[in-house]
Amino acid sequence: MAEVDVRLDRVTKRFHDVVAVDDLSLDVRRGEFFSLLGPSGCGKTTTLRMIGGFEEATSGKIFLAGTDVTGLPPYRRNVNTVFQNYALFPHLSVYENVAFGLRRRRVASGEIRHQVGSMLELVELPGYEARRPSQLSGGQQQRVALARALINHPQVLLLDEPLGALDLKLRKQMQIELKRIQTEVGITFIYVTHDQEEAMTMSDRIAVMRGGHIEQLGAPEELYERPGTAFVAGFLGVSNLLDGDVAEVDGDYSSVRLTGGTLLRAPRPAVNGARRVQVGVRPEKLRVVPISDGSAAGSGDLNTIEGTILDASYIGVSTQYLVETRDGQRLTVYSQNLETSGAGEALADGQQVRLTWKPQHTFVIGQTDDPTAQGALNA
Amino acid sequence: MSAGAVPIEARARTASGPAPLNRPNLRARLGRMVLPVYTGLVVIYLFLPIAVMIAFSFNNPAGHQNITWQGFTVEHYLSVWGRPDITGPMITSLAVALVSTVLATTLGTLMGLALTRYEFRGRGLTSTLIFLPMASPEVILGASLLSLFVSVGVQRGFLTILIAHVMFNISYVVVTVRARIAGFNRTLEEAAMDLGATEWTTFRKVTFPLIFPGILAAALLAFALSIDDYVITTFAAGATRTFPLWVFGVSRIGVPPEVNVLGTLIFVVAGFFILVNVWLQRRSAAAARSRPT
Repeated sequence: MAEVDVRLDRVTKRFHDVVAVDDLSLDVRRGEFFSLLGPSGCGKTTTLRMIGGFEEATSGKIFLAGTDVTGLPPYRRNVNTVFQNYALFPHLSVYENVAFGLRRRRVASGEIRHQVGSMLELVELPGYEARRPSQLSGGQQQRVALARALINHPQVLLLDEPLGALDLKLRKQMQIELKRIQTEVGITFIYVTHDQEEAMTMSDRIAVMRGGHIEQLGAPEELYERPGTAFVAGFLGVSNLLDGDVAEVDGDYSSVRLTGGTLLRAPRPAVNGARRVQVGVRPEKLRVVPISDGSAAGSGDLNTIEGTILDASYIGVSTQYLVETRDGQRLTVYSQNLETSGAGEALADGQQVRLTWKPQHTFVIGQTDDPTAQGALNA
Repeated sequence: MSAGAVPIEARARTASGPAPLNRPNLRARLGRMVLPVYTGLVVIYLFLPIAVMIAFSFNNPAGHQNITWQGFTVEHYLSVWGRPDITGPMITSLAVALVSTVLATTLGTLMGLALTRYEFRGRGLTSTLIFLPMASPEVILGASLLSLFVSVGVQRGFLTILIAHVMFNISYVVVTVRARIAGFNRTLEEAAMDLGATEWTTFRKVTFPLIFPGILAAALLAFALSIDDYVITTFAAGATRTFPLWVFGVSRIGVPPEVNVLGTLIFVVAGFFILVNVWLQRRSAAAARSRPT
């Protein structure tokens, strides 16, 4: 069991009548790249600000490397933050910005020079010491903010949507860069973002947050392949959800009868005894076959569902289909263009097709009555 | 004007060659002259009184009145220092201006910080009332101050002038400083504390340097308002003479050229500070231009 760097113990934060963070408990392991992922207003930034000491928890405790820091001001906590808009000091040079933390600890000036130099090298900005923040591009400011925080060798580095202000191409580049730096310095990173792709690219583990609590916590592939709720399924990529009832459970698998009557094989529901469930499958796991092919229906162990193509759009690497089943449910299919050589060979609108996929690619979600979960799927 | 009759096709053909003289061209040239001429007139309007003041500081008047040009001399620049009836009020004015600027700037800055940053009972009321000294006529303020001082039984003099000047200067300082603080990004203070700075160090190293231009502007404004205030000072002064009070008093007999000398000197000092300010701004603008692509 790895050591725990940050522990939140039943932390709640209320702003007047609004509960921003609701009884949240969380362990972040040492050296881990941990992301708090969720839509705006889910409480992820408030959680980060409580760890940094900028917001006081209404109740609950926060531990840093085993020490209770709940009531301590930011300058008494061994954490540093990279702020959303960098918050570089505009009246100080790059050198003085990076040296700010060391000067507060009265480090000797020779030592400061040495450390600032090597830190600017780490973020690939040597020679920029004399510049003012206003003379730097967004990406460069981002690197200075990172250097300014990392030079203090914090126990934990907090990052609040640090790439939000950058354009897409630079963001991709900085994602790789951030991951490289994190591996190089070996410091625990807690990263707040609303961008699921960004979180998946960099994180060791992700906590998906909604309404002030953690909806699901796990490794990126775990969250993607086996989402526990409709919200997580919808927030991390596109998913097809079909309503049904658990007909039978045998071993690790179960049979689910959809509302339209089709019987599917799926892993057994995580929630024991759940009857009303939703069965989900990611669009890229589906294979689409024209029915006229005469291939054996329901061949072998594959799940099969029949429908009509409503829309086919060729988008280069893949073709995207919208298929409507007999009982009116709609599924999205991403079909890789492995064998086709042009748009002409894609299946046409109105064509009768059979969708097949492996039972292990199916995930089962205990049915919720929460209408907002359905709304999130359309996002 | 005959050039204006050149048909459009002809103009189009010669478009690649030198442009022919035509009406739009002339209008454009006239148009280009309007702004400089207008600006020049405004500048003359503003600076003519100052030019007259400077010129007459070098005049050699025959009698009491320094209003007709008699001849050039620098004599008054030397004689002014030997006239305590002039330098005395000037020193009083400078002392009042300096002390009231320091006090009003300190108090006003703290008030500005409190009013923009904190929620407290009476905040809205204070915000509104702070405009009152700026909005009410000086003569009313002065008269009320006088009756206040008399009813409390304070001996009027340097101290009462100082109190009056701090009072009206605070409003201007609060308003000026508050504008600067409003544009201040609080995350910068969080960043400083995140990097290990206590509240006091954060104020010293981040907040103060960043709002300093606002504080400086407020201080200069306060100084300028204080050093030439006449109306309120009359009511608060008692037997004490500030420079404006002395000039007004003596103007009934005739203003001696030494007054022009002191006026010119103040103008030169102020002008020097303005030039320094312009130079500093040019330098920082030049630094900003070297921004990388």
